[in-house]
Amino acid sequence: MILKALFAASATAALLLALPANAAELTIGFSQIGSESGWRAAETSVSKQEAAKRKVNLKIADAQQKQENQIKAIRSFIAQNVDAIFLAPVVSTGWDSVLKEAKEAKIPVVLLDRDIDPSGKELYLTAVTSDSVHEGEVAGDWLAKTVGAKACNIVELQGTVGASVATNRKKGFDTAIAKHANLKVVRSQTGDFTRAKGKEVMESFIKAEGGGKNICAVYAHNDDMMVGAIQAMKEAGLKPGKDILTVSIDAVPDIFKAMVAGEANATVELTPNMAGPALDAVAAFKGKGTVPPKWIQTESKLYTAADDPQKIYDSKKGLGY
Amino acid sequence: MTALLPRRGLAQILALIVILAVDRVVSPQFFDLRLQDGRLFGSLIDVLNRGTPVALLSLGMVLVIATRGIDLSVGAVMAIAGAIAASLADTHSLAVVLAAALGAGLICGLWNGFLVAVLGMQPIVATLILMVAGRGIAQLITEGRIVTFSSPDLVWLGNGSVLGLPVPVAIALGMLILTGAVVRGSALGLLIEATGGNARASELAGVGTRAMILSVYVWCGVCAALAGVIAAADIMGADANNAGLWLELDAILAVVIGGTSLFGGRFSLLLAVLGALIIQTMNTGILLSGYPPEFNLLVKAVVVLTVLLLQSPKLTGFAGIAARLRRTKA
Repeated sequence: MILKALFAASATAALLLALPANAAELTIGFSQIGSESGWRAAETSVSKQEAAKRKVNLKIADAQQKQENQIKAIRSFIAQNVDAIFLAPVVSTGWDSVLKEAKEAKIPVVLLDRDIDPSGKELYLTAVTSDSVHEGEVAGDWLAKTVGAKACNIVELQGTVGASVATNRKKGFDTAIAKHANLKVVRSQTGDFTRAKGKEVMESFIKAEGGGKNICAVYAHNDDMMVGAIQAMKEAGLKPGKDILTVSIDAVPDIFKAMVAGEANATVELTPNMAGPALDAVAAFKGKGTVPPKWIQTESKLYTAADDPQKIYDSKKGLGY
Repeated sequence: MTALLPRRGLAQILALIVILAVDRVVSPQFFDLRLQDGRLFGSLIDVLNRGTPVALLSLGMVLVIATRGIDLSVGAVMAIAGAIAASLADTHSLAVVLAAALGAGLICGLWNGFLVAVLGMQPIVATLILMVAGRGIAQLITEGRIVTFSSPDLVWLGNGSVLGLPVPVAIALGMLILTGAVVRGSALGLLIEATGGNARASELAGVGTRAMILSVYVWCGVCAALAGVIAAADIMGADANNAGLWLELDAILAVVIGGTSLFGGRFSLLLAVLGALIIQTMNTGILLSGYPPEFNLLVKAVVVLTVLLLQSPKLTGFAGIAARLRRTKA
């Protein structure tokens, strides 16, 4: 079946090449990691939307979290002579030889969401990623601004120990609140990025901090842990969003639902739209030969209850989060 | 010797008391209890409530291990049952939801039991298949996303209370009594132990070892499914990627801490559940202590090692010899 799809794909590619009327239309191959998380699914659907908006023919290959599948997909894209290749690399090493093949075929490669190891910088056109240190800073700055001069004890729900996203989001937040002496992280523990652990850890924080009376705000490295923490606060008879401020990262639909209910205060978006800026960069490169910078940073937008959370929830819920 | 609490439980009870005492030191309010919305609220209740999934898993696991088997698929079965429960919760009654989820657990158990008892596959390999495939099945059911629900019945199962106790704790208690009554109130427990001790000899003596093995895997599947439903009800959603992840290892650990040998032939339900409580008392203590999370696993490993060393006959033997030597010298 896969073979058939490949044949069909290469046949269409050949057709497109043969027809001069379609010469302006770009064909781009996208090697996606797989469906590892809701965010990943949303990235795939947004990529399709962005491509359709720009009338780009986007072929998506699902690698099921395996590098060898991604390498195979890239080779088949090269064989189909696509105009550009998007790659969301599952790991950061081992791409040199296949990227060299793409370079020899003069097909630009754009990395989405994740970077690869430094030795291969000249092998790709640009990388479109978000800055997870910056995400933490945005969260910290919001909290500092909201709290003002009042003393504020913060509890932190960290991501999985050792995950680079968790380390960076912690670093960014710590940097942002270091400028304000009244803000202090009193407890920090890992919630493994999951709802269940987020809830369990928050339960223990509440007990350890005088039934939650000493906690002024919760910072969670992702929204899922915050959804769990919100449940823990409610079960302890506290009012999340009022008694305890909440700020988390990712902007998944369920946090907007909590915001509508007044139980969450702020979230920083990890945008699933990595393909949009990548498509623009490729179009400019193909059209006018503009070489984009090596790193295109996506916007880490802050959302609060003032941003019509119901509308955002409605627009996001269909994306596959 | 009573059937449910043999004298060999001393090491476990001691370990639990020591860990509770340490928890009291790192967190002075550990034993505080108060009523919150008609439900007891405090760290001790957290220990019971959070320990429920592993306690339920260990109830099934201890019987499987008693037959000299092992079930690595319980975490994945939790994910499947949770996914089914969450997908049906808002459109069907609680009875249908429970029947479907527990039915799925039963089928998973039958599958494992069939591979082990009928095809004679090694338990660790046979259940590894479902451990890997099961999570995939759960992800197919949820389509890779977290399926949330708002059905008050199912939410009650995870967050409600009965006589001040959280519902999950009451369910686990009920399951412990039910399992205990069935296996120790009849000869079933003895037959399970006989199967694990020497399957061939038991077979020759007229024990239906195949049926024994099949039924313990089925029970293990049902217990895992129940744990999965409770885990989903707790967070009002099914997270196929993370529900029950690595909990099979905690369940095996609980059984082993409870003094049941992996070579089968002997088991204690109550001590397995006590093992699950020991693990959770430690986990909750770590969370309350405020140490950086990098220490979590290290602390856990040291405590587990100590508890297991306490049970080692060789080591307690050494201690006995040392004491005797000291006495003779004096």
